[in-house]
Formats: sequence, structure tokens, C-alpha cells
Amino acid sequence: MRVGKQSLIFDNVYIQKSSVIVGPREFAGPLGGLFDFHYDNLNCGEKSWEQAEMAMYKKAINTCLNKNDKEIKDIDCVISGDLNNQIIIGNYVMRDYDVPYLGVFNACSSSVEGLIVGGNIIEAKNGKDIIVSISSHYATAERQYRSPTEYGGQKPETATSTVSSAVATLISDKPSEIKITKATVGRVIDAKLTDALDMGRLMAPAAFHTIKQHFIDFNVDEDDYDLIITGDLSHYGTELLINIFKEYEIDISKKHMDGGLLIYDRDNQDVFAGGSGCGCLPSVVYTYVEKQMLENNLKKVLVVGTGALLNPIIIAQKETIPAIAHAVVLERV
Amino acid sequence: MNNRIAKVIEETAPKRKVGKNAFQAFLIGGLFCFFAQLIIEILLMLNLEKELAGNVGIAIMVFLGALLTGLGVYDRIGQYAGAGTIVPITGFANSMASSALESKSEGLVLGILANMFKLAGSVIAAGVVSAFIVSSLIYLFRGIF
Repeated sequence: MRVGKQSLIFDNVYIQKSSVIVGPREFAGPLGGLFDFHYDNLNCGEKSWEQAEMAMYKKAINTCLNKNDKEIKDIDCVISGDLNNQIIIGNYVMRDYDVPYLGVFNACSSSVEGLIVGGNIIEAKNGKDIIVSISSHYATAERQYRSPTEYGGQKPETATSTVSSAVATLISDKPSEIKITKATVGRVIDAKLTDALDMGRLMAPAAFHTIKQHFIDFNVDEDDYDLIITGDLSHYGTELLINIFKEYEIDISKKHMDGGLLIYDRDNQDVFAGGSGCGCLPSVVYTYVEKQMLENNLKKVLVVGTGALLNPIIIAQKETIPAIAHAVVLERV
Repeated sequence: MNNRIAKVIEETAPKRKVGKNAFQAFLIGGLFCFFAQLIIEILLMLNLEKELAGNVGIAIMVFLGALLTGLGVYDRIGQYAGAGTIVPITGFANSMASSALESKSEGLVLGILANMFKLAGSVIAAGVVSAFIVSSLIYLFRGIF
């Protein structure tokens, strides 16, 4: 049901079991013990980085099916996103699965976009069991968006490190412990920033707009949530988000956490400002946040995926980098 | 985007540590040059002609730059030294070697050969064009000077 300007209410959408497959650096991070599987090497035993990401992705889908006691024929649709041009990781992996498939791309907010699209399908009774899958990989993202990984250029402190992970989660109309109750669809926000090595800060205004709009649409405030978790603003983006809210006399600092700061230990891992990439948020939500919810430490969580809509060709044409953020509310049933 | 948000963005912009970066670039870039000069001096002691010694010295530095790139060390030095590792000839070698390594998965022709000069190509093109302009000027006006 539509609420306010940009929001929706879901009555029958539940999160079932998820799988999170990560690379070595994520495994070495603070959440290492919570992941389903990790690769010791970023190449995952494959010949190219793209093939490696596909291997991770496939592992995530198969693990998710196993954990839910499902076969692919039981699934009504797979919705997937990744960071490669033409979202090739999802497109190519899905040729091996006999299942309807929708590809989505809103950069690093794709995981939440997938939940909103899938939630709508279930809510409209056009499907019962939907897998939302997301992947990102450090090496494929670097070569796509920045310089070769061995290039000796200096990165500023504001740079983030792309999380290597593939995540698949089953959402369905069958009641479970965690329900997706609300969603707010973001709009594209251009903060007129151009630095691809400062993505956290250029996404913070988009996160602010979506969270603020969510509060307005549902007439709630930060106190209605036990946690507001953004995707991959990392250190500098988090700082900016809190400061923008402060400008509007709202203090979210006690409620806010960021996936990019949770997945790595910035003090002891060489990750600059923290983690980023569309695998970052779901890797934290379906492990750390889900665990806290199942242990009843968190009842109501606002999950905000943040995406920098970056393309190297258009920024070379002196364009800015716009951003978008989508939000869903997870509630402990 | 409104002005209030733009104001916060501007006020909280993190400052780049220009002084520290420049010092580190000077230190490591200088060390590279010192090392290259050392090689050239050794070559001169081996009785190579001055010009040849310079060229061989440069070739050795290019080789070392490419080798350190392949060993995955150069980008780490680069993170510390910034322009100090990009500006010298070793940086040129690094930009070629790193592009070639990155494109290996697309094969010899469409990968390595097509992408090797992805980063270094601009330097070569700018070098060729400016050399043409400067040498044309010298040719046209050499009678005057």
C-alpha cells in the first residue's frame, strides 16, 4: 500500500534464510565468524576476476537454496544486482538456472532495491518465493571504476574499499522471525560532488533525503527505531550524514551504524575509510543485524542502501556523481 | 539539494595532507633518482659512453619498476609516496605493467596489447605532439637564434 510521497507498506513479506559468501579480507574482519563461507583467495580458483565473482555468486544462490530446503524450481523469481557493466555477473550466472530473472541496478543500494521490487511482487500475490541476490568484488570493481589494482597512484583517506561478497536471501509470504514492513523508494540526489575516491560523502545527502522522507511519510522519528543502518557511507560519509541531520536539529548518532564501518576493522585492516560496494550492506544485515534481531536485541531496524551512480565515462565528461538511497524497515515478529 | 546541506558538505570537507604528502613524495622520488644516478655512475665506471650509460640506466629503472609492479610492491610504495612514484620513469613502467596485468584475462591482443598504454598513452601522445611542436619551432627559427 502506498503511503505518503515515496513510501510503501508491506503486509506479507518475510525474510527467510540468507547466505553470505565473502572473500579473505571480509573473513578477517570483525564479522568473520558469521559468514556462511569464505574464499581464502580473491580469485576463488578461477581464471579472471569476473569468473571469480560469478563463482561466489553461484555459491551464494546454491547455499541459500540449501539453507531454505528449496530447489530452483520452487523459486518464482530471482532479482539480482552487481556492480559490473550490464550487471553481467547476475546475467551470466542465471543462464545456468531455470527460473524467471530480473536484473536491477542502483549501484550499492541494489540490495534494498531488490527487496522493494521483490516485496511488491509478493505483496501483489504475483509470486511467493523470491531470491534477492547481490554481489560485489574488490578487483572487478577497481578495474571497472578506477585504476588497475597494481597502479601506484596514491589514494586519499576518503577512499573506500569494495567488499568482496555475494549474498542471496529468500523472501516469501510465509511468516518468519523477520518481516519487511515498510519501504521508502529514494530519488536521485546530486550533491554536485565529483570525487570517485570520496564516495561516502557524496552518498550521505541521498541517505539523508531518503531517511527524512521516510520519517515524513510515516510520521515517525529516529526514536521509533532501534537501529538505522546505512550501507557503505564509511567513516567520512557517516560523519557527514550525522552533521547534515544535526543541521536539521535531529540527532541520529546514537541510532546510526554503517555497514562499511562494521564489516572491517579500520584500525587494523588496510581499508582506508571503510567498506563499500553493493555486497557490503547485505553482508552485514543478514549476519550481524539478523543475529541481533533474532536475539531480540533489536526489534525495529531501518535499513538504508546507499548507491553512488558512478560511471567513469560520464565523469570524464565533467559530470557530477549523483547518488540514491532506498530504505526498508525490518521488524522482529 | 538545498543550501543548508551544501553548506554542511563544504564545512566538513576533509583536508588533504598536502604538506605531508609532498614531503613523502620528495623523499621517495628523490631516493629513486639517487638510485638511478648510482646505476648510471656504475655504468660510467664500466666505461660506457655518457649518453649510453643514461639510456641503459633508464632501461634498468623501467625494468625494476615493472618488476616491482608484478611483485605487487609498487602500489604499496605508491600509496606512501604518491607523486614520488608516479612522476619518475618507474611510474611510467608501473602504469604500463599494471594495465597489462589487469588486462591479461582478456587475452594477448584484445587484453594486454590493446590496454597496455591505457594510462601511459596520454603521456606518449602528449610527448610526441610537444616534441613535434618544439622541434618545428627550432627548425623554423634556428637562423634567428
